[in-house]
Amino acid sequence: MTATCGLLPVLEPAEHEAHYEITDYEGARARWCPGCGDHSILASVQKLLSAEQLTPEQTVFVSGIGCSSRFPHYLRTYGFHGIHGRALPVATGIKLTRPDLQVFVVMGDGDCTSIGAAHWVHALRYNVNLTVLLLDNGIYALTKKQTSPTTPQGFVSNTSPEGGVLPSLNPLSVALGVTNASFVAQTAEWSPAHLYATLRAAYHHRGLSFVRILQRCPIYSTAVYQAAVQDPARIALLVHDDGVVVPEIEKIYKSQVAHDPHDLAAARRIADATDHIHLGVLYRDPSRLRYDEIRRVPPRTAEERLTLIDAELDRYAV
Amino acid sequence: MTATSSPVAPVATRLAEHTIEIVSDSGEGAQKCGQIFGAVSAKMGNGVWTVEIIPAEIQPPPRIPEGASGYRIRLGAGTVTNWGDATNLALAFNEQVLVARHRLGALAPDAVLLIEDKWATHEDADIRTAWAEAMAELATRPYRIIPVPMETECLTLVDNARKGKNMFALGILACIYGRDMERIKEQIAHAFRKKSEAVYEQNVALLELGRNWAEEHIDFRIEVTPAPMTEPLVVMNGNEALGLGAIAAGMELCAMYPITPATSVSHYLSEVFERFGGIVHQAEDEIAAAGVAIGSSYAGKVAFTVTSGPGLALKTEFLGLAIMTEIPLVLIDVQRGGPSTGLPTKVEQSDLLAALYASPGDAPHVVVAPATIEECFHIMVTARRIAEAFRTVVMVLSDANLATGVTPFPRPKGDVRWQADPIDLAPVPEGQKAYQWDAETGLSRRIVPGQPGGAYTVTGLSHDEGSKVAYSSGVHQRSSAMRSRKLAVLQSLLAPPTVYGDAEGDLLLIGWGSTKGAIEEAVDRARAEGIRVSSVHLRFLSPLEPGLKAIFSKFARVCTVEINYSDEPGDPYITEENRRIGQLAWVLRATTLVDIDCWTRVPGEPLRPGSILDAIRERTPRGGAA
Ligand SMILES: Cc1ncc(C[n+]2csc(CCOP(=O)(O)OP(=O)(O)O)c2C)c(N)n1
Ligand SMILES: [Mg+2]
Repeated sequence: MTATCGLLPVLEPAEHEAHYEITDYEGARARWCPGCGDHSILASVQKLLSAEQLTPEQTVFVSGIGCSSRFPHYLRTYGFHGIHGRALPVATGIKLTRPDLQVFVVMGDGDCTSIGAAHWVHALRYNVNLTVLLLDNGIYALTKKQTSPTTPQGFVSNTSPEGGVLPSLNPLSVALGVTNASFVAQTAEWSPAHLYATLRAAYHHRGLSFVRILQRCPIYSTAVYQAAVQDPARIALLVHDDGVVVPEIEKIYKSQVAHDPHDLAAARRIADATDHIHLGVLYRDPSRLRYDEIRRVPPRTAEERLTLIDAELDRYAV
Repeated sequence: MTATSSPVAPVATRLAEHTIEIVSDSGEGAQKCGQIFGAVSAKMGNGVWTVEIIPAEIQPPPRIPEGASGYRIRLGAGTVTNWGDATNLALAFNEQVLVARHRLGALAPDAVLLIEDKWATHEDADIRTAWAEAMAELATRPYRIIPVPMETECLTLVDNARKGKNMFALGILACIYGRDMERIKEQIAHAFRKKSEAVYEQNVALLELGRNWAEEHIDFRIEVTPAPMTEPLVVMNGNEALGLGAIAAGMELCAMYPITPATSVSHYLSEVFERFGGIVHQAEDEIAAAGVAIGSSYAGKVAFTVTSGPGLALKTEFLGLAIMTEIPLVLIDVQRGGPSTGLPTKVEQSDLLAALYASPGDAPHVVVAPATIEECFHIMVTARRIAEAFRTVVMVLSDANLATGVTPFPRPKGDVRWQADPIDLAPVPEGQKAYQWDAETGLSRRIVPGQPGGAYTVTGLSHDEGSKVAYSSGVHQRSSAMRSRKLAVLQSLLAPPTVYGDAEGDLLLIGWGSTKGAIEEAVDRARAEGIRVSSVHLRFLSPLEPGLKAIFSKFARVCTVEINYSDEPGDPYITEENRRIGQLAWVLRATTLVDIDCWTRVPGEPLRPGSILDAIRERTPRGGAA
């Protein structure tokens, strides 16, 4: 109970005999639109929680604002549905204080790459042990179809009726450009097996794992991923023993690229490539420095602190 | 050394108080000289209030009036509660910084001015002209000007007089005010503890050189008799007191982004916090700092974030979230002049309304303001407890005057009960809601992740007791009432403020924050003139302390004194209907329906008791026999 690590004693999870079924992680009924890719992501996450037997009360999902950010409500864990763009600072505060908690972050593309861009860059650099999911539907969905940084150039939205004028932002290249980023992966919600395998790899990574999940919005941005969904040849799987290997989908996705996730230069080339949409782990380096680890200080009891305060006051004594 | 024989030491003039300042270009060490003088005086048992004179730039060009950098020490035989009115003795390293002080009205008309005289004979004709012009400007007042060959003297000991002139200056002051040389040497040793022994010795040699020079050449001495200490004291500035207070309150996470004049709270904590099991997190911006603090509080602590006006503006959305989700949070705003970047290093009390109404939507929360440096320490304990017990945001409004002022106060005795209890991860009782609002008080038990049986999702969306997103109209009305009720409950636990002076009279002044010392000193002086004036100083701004209306009813006139802007009645276009008034006056008028007047100024410096006294005189019938 009193292992000295973190800002407070690491609290051992309550002893439990129980086995958590997938249904044990079900919260409120999901209110996303029928056909929304978020349903599939929720299902994969619940499967992961059960497979890893995460204690619901030891698990926290933090989100911002957007359709995707409703995620925590639909889980039976602790949840923090915060403000637009700011999930990462909250998650950082939680993890710095409570290393015993398993903390996940769920963000939309507007949330993460636009209003929250500063936090995103710096969170990658802090490399706090968080599992971070970007649910990228290439559109602002909750606010009804405005252009987001990841909306394809030329895509018509309510704020760009003539089509978006700028080339879209590539979240993978941005993430891979951040010093001290330690895990960057891409997967797609319409390939549940790949999604699950990637979430699992992300969860097991120590440090911040950033997963961009390509996610269909059937109402506002169907066209964004339609071609890729319909034509598996547009997708290339990154395969490596240190990445994710999903044999059951290899028959569908015939194009495969052997890629060692430790090779940052190759990862950046893949992120920038336009020939295929690459799914898999682009980069992984568990040896990167972790802010939550290096800032960890031994906790103090109230009495110890009192003695130290007295000594501190001596410095100011008249 | 030039003089051959020492004259007999002049007899010291005994005074109840004296205000001294040392000014130089920045980087010449006037601040260090002043700090040591102040610290030694406090240790000798004098009342002391010191303020920094800070240029807005780190390294302004030399010899410009705006570059004046230094330290001002008000020395008293008894307790000193504020920076006072004007300087009685100034020691300047060049005439430009001295003229700057003169133009600001910082110098008493009969002040003694000691000035480095090398500029008078400088090889650069422009400098000689500037010197002559400055001297002519100073000659318009009856100052006593004493030229001091600081550099010439220092060069007898060192090659570069720029480093070390401040110690020579300190020696002069030590002689004039009879300061204890051994204590000064201790302070020098402390100040240069990271430097070599040789550095220490050179500084001490310059100190002694200055003192010896003054003994020979200065024909007066001043004695401000120290009072024997009756209780143990500590001496520090308000930002150190806030930091130490946070520690004494058992807080463990300070999230911040650098901003003057708040930053030194985190400088202090960065140095010591880890020893206490805490960390300072320098976030990527003020928004993130608020978010990290809220995350930490959500996870079971009461964390705090510290900022100044522009940072407060950025944090407001997160404040709304903390209020809505009832997550305890302490936010310190060390106010500076605004709006926008404003006066980064100067005092102002212009954030009150922004602090009260910080967040869009109905976002009731607590706002408190320490009135003294001592209170900066204790208010953190109060703030943390209220934040936790009431599950809300507590804002602490300090200001640049408290932040950089240094004064001794009774040494606090820490108490384990001030600190937070360990995080309680007991199972949530069966059926317990995320916000089990007590129907009377709106208070509810805090729930922390890790507690079995909880597993709630908090949300900034309108929600019911179960933290379920509200889709029915009655829920928002009720939850708003519950969050608001908490303030009324807190107010019911507060005592009415005490009136300084008689409980009835012609005029009642009301202040808040760092102006307490100056207001009460002005009240004392006015009462000595026979004026029937009293004052009240508020620590709680939201909720207000109770009983104000009853107190106000005993006075013919009620007037706030604040360091913020108000229109002057009679100015062009200003009418009774459009006049913008002091921020506390605004709040008090709205809550009490009393016709409250205000006297406010934004001079970029603390209020002077003498100015407040003038305002009292203008607002009262001639006192005493009249
Ligand atoms: C400060 C602030 N600005 C704007 C909004 C309005 N808003 C809500 S969600 C959203 C964008 C949602 O897009 P995204 O993050 O991609 O999530 P999605 O709905 O697509 O899942 C915006 C602009 C807000 N809630 N807060
Ligand atoms: Mg989106």
